[in-house]
Amino acid sequence: MSNQKQRSPLNVGRWVTWSLFAVVLLVAPMVFTSGLGLTVLSQMGIAIIACLSYNMLLGQGGMLSFGHAVYTGLGAFLAIHALNAVSSGDLPIPVSAVPIVGGLAGMGFAALLGYVTTRKAGTTFAMITMGMGELVFAMSLMIPEFFGGEGGVSGNRVIGKAFLGITYGPPIQVYYLIAVYTFIAVALMFAFTRTPLGRMLNAVRDNPERVEFVGYNTQRVRYTAFIIAGFFAGISGGLGALNFEIVTAEVVHAARSGAYLLFTFLGGATFFFGPIIGAVLMVLAFVLFSEFTKAWLLYLGLIFLFMVMYAPGGFASLIMMNLRVAAFGKLRQLWLSYLGLAITGLIALAGAAAMIEMTYHLQLSSSQGSEIVFMGVTLNTTGVGHWLAAAVVMLIGSGLFEMVRRRFAREWEEIQAYIEKKTNGEDAQ
Amino acid sequence: MTATDAFALELKDLRKSFGKTEIIRGVNLAVRHGERVAIIGPNGAGKSTLFNLISGRFGASSGDVLLNGTAINGMKPYEINRLGLSRSFQITNIFPKLSVFENLRCSVLWSLGYKYTFFKFLANLDDANARATELLKMVNLEKKHDVLAVNLTYAEQRALEIGITIGGGANVILLDEPTAGMSKSETTRFIALIRQVTEGKTLLTVEHDMGVVFGLADKIAVIVYGEVIAFDTPDAVRANPRVQEAYLGSAVADAQAGGH
Repeated sequence: MSNQKQRSPLNVGRWVTWSLFAVVLLVAPMVFTSGLGLTVLSQMGIAIIACLSYNMLLGQGGMLSFGHAVYTGLGAFLAIHALNAVSSGDLPIPVSAVPIVGGLAGMGFAALLGYVTTRKAGTTFAMITMGMGELVFAMSLMIPEFFGGEGGVSGNRVIGKAFLGITYGPPIQVYYLIAVYTFIAVALMFAFTRTPLGRMLNAVRDNPERVEFVGYNTQRVRYTAFIIAGFFAGISGGLGALNFEIVTAEVVHAARSGAYLLFTFLGGATFFFGPIIGAVLMVLAFVLFSEFTKAWLLYLGLIFLFMVMYAPGGFASLIMMNLRVAAFGKLRQLWLSYLGLAITGLIALAGAAAMIEMTYHLQLSSSQGSEIVFMGVTLNTTGVGHWLAAAVVMLIGSGLFEMVRRRFAREWEEIQAYIEKKTNGEDAQ
Repeated sequence: MTATDAFALELKDLRKSFGKTEIIRGVNLAVRHGERVAIIGPNGAGKSTLFNLISGRFGASSGDVLLNGTAINGMKPYEINRLGLSRSFQITNIFPKLSVFENLRCSVLWSLGYKYTFFKFLANLDDANARATELLKMVNLEKKHDVLAVNLTYAEQRALEIGITIGGGANVILLDEPTAGMSKSETTRFIALIRQVTEGKTLLTVEHDMGVVFGLADKIAVIVYGEVIAFDTPDAVRANPRVQEAYLGSAVADAQAGGH
């Protein structure tokens, strides 16, 4: 079992992965050419950096922060002020470098506030970060000179002479700036996980006490990682400032911090790429799903609930588990069950969603009549029959789902036992 | 040899109280370089507490701990570790979600000067990787290279614990009940392993198995109610009437009957 032998094929795989990532970033705006598509893509890049920087704390360091928006947010504010300074000619840097200012700001504030928060771990750490978040948000209302009050601070990214035709006027140019930053930031954050500090951060997550007895100061490990995470968070904030050309106090709000936490978790904190999935979902939920239905937060809450209960490793762990099954050639056995789960799940969801939509309609917009159109069907929110029908659909769907789920669970266990036997057999040889 | 630095580890009137209860009551102990010392005593005598005081897990109420002549009381565990003292734990204390190899590599990084580095790749640290591989061989876990530590058997986890303890190259090693919970045959093999990997180092170990104690130790310290009542060669300790009265008695007889 030489290391060299193991490493080389992995490196090829890694090279392919990174090339694919670059290609996806490159061609994505050619596939989604609409204005909305570009907006969504730009925000995804920004969110990916933010969620990955958050996961440096949560997944890699076991630090449950409730205040990560402080660092993305303050990075955004410093970046928009820097942009305005560039406009007025006070700051001689190119617009492309403005996100770096955000990064340095995030890093600076992480160094300042993290000095307090990272002295503690676990619940205490979580509580202090929450307090810091509240503190900074309260401050944002108290100091309108810096935070711009309710209107926020706006800027203009189209300044100075065009450099190689790049003015950052068209959104596509901003997208590619974000894409470049995203690629580099993701690569750097991945590289971090392969360094001595990155590994000791995992060790601190696993067993802080033991770390102290192999020569490391756990506080210093957490603190250093916190500062690095703050830098990338600030980069993300700075890109956001360039993208929107306005920064308001909501960027440091607890809701933003909560979103980073929830979507990082949803994507999967135990794998490096998990938060990338989470970030993509976050933008889809906030930009698209919220247009789709007023009850989107409720659906989101339900999704989180089920994920925490049934797949605490997030989407990334679901993907990895199925890849493992596929590696042993057993995925084909499961497709029927997956299809069944999807169909019955959708039926149950349709019933439940119909009732949720009717409830929301009754509560919020009953003045616009009692009828709503849901999935092409006109439902009468005051008609008992429609409520009953929706309930029946939901119950039947749930019942069928449970039947399929039991079958699936049985198959899954058999396959896991098979894999277990195979891998143990190889160990013994 | 009266000079302080003739000793690898020296405890001077060490005391520790929890609330009003004094657990360690004026312990004096001087361990020479390269000596293997077993610390024995009844449950609750303060053996583990003593280890916790020496390694910096707890602060002493009063008294001094000297490591190679340097006072280390009041220092943090990581500072003491950097000065060349390393310990294992009674309850297995490893990094469960890291692979066996990663566990061992974590234990060598500081001593090789990598500290909080984040601009070098682990894969390129040839010295650290070579040292971790060497440790892997020493504790007989080569086949478990990529296995997560949490998935090891109990005996393997204990071996890994020893590997992590010696990883940083400390000269003074404290092992807290290294063979606790092991079967007889596992214990025998494990003692051979401990002998091998601590060759030339100063070793202090808390141990209950009298066969192990008399087989491994150059000297035995007997602790009863937070005091060292005897500190001598195994033969002398065995013959010490005070020890027999206070603690050993039947245990010694057992060890002797067991073909010692």
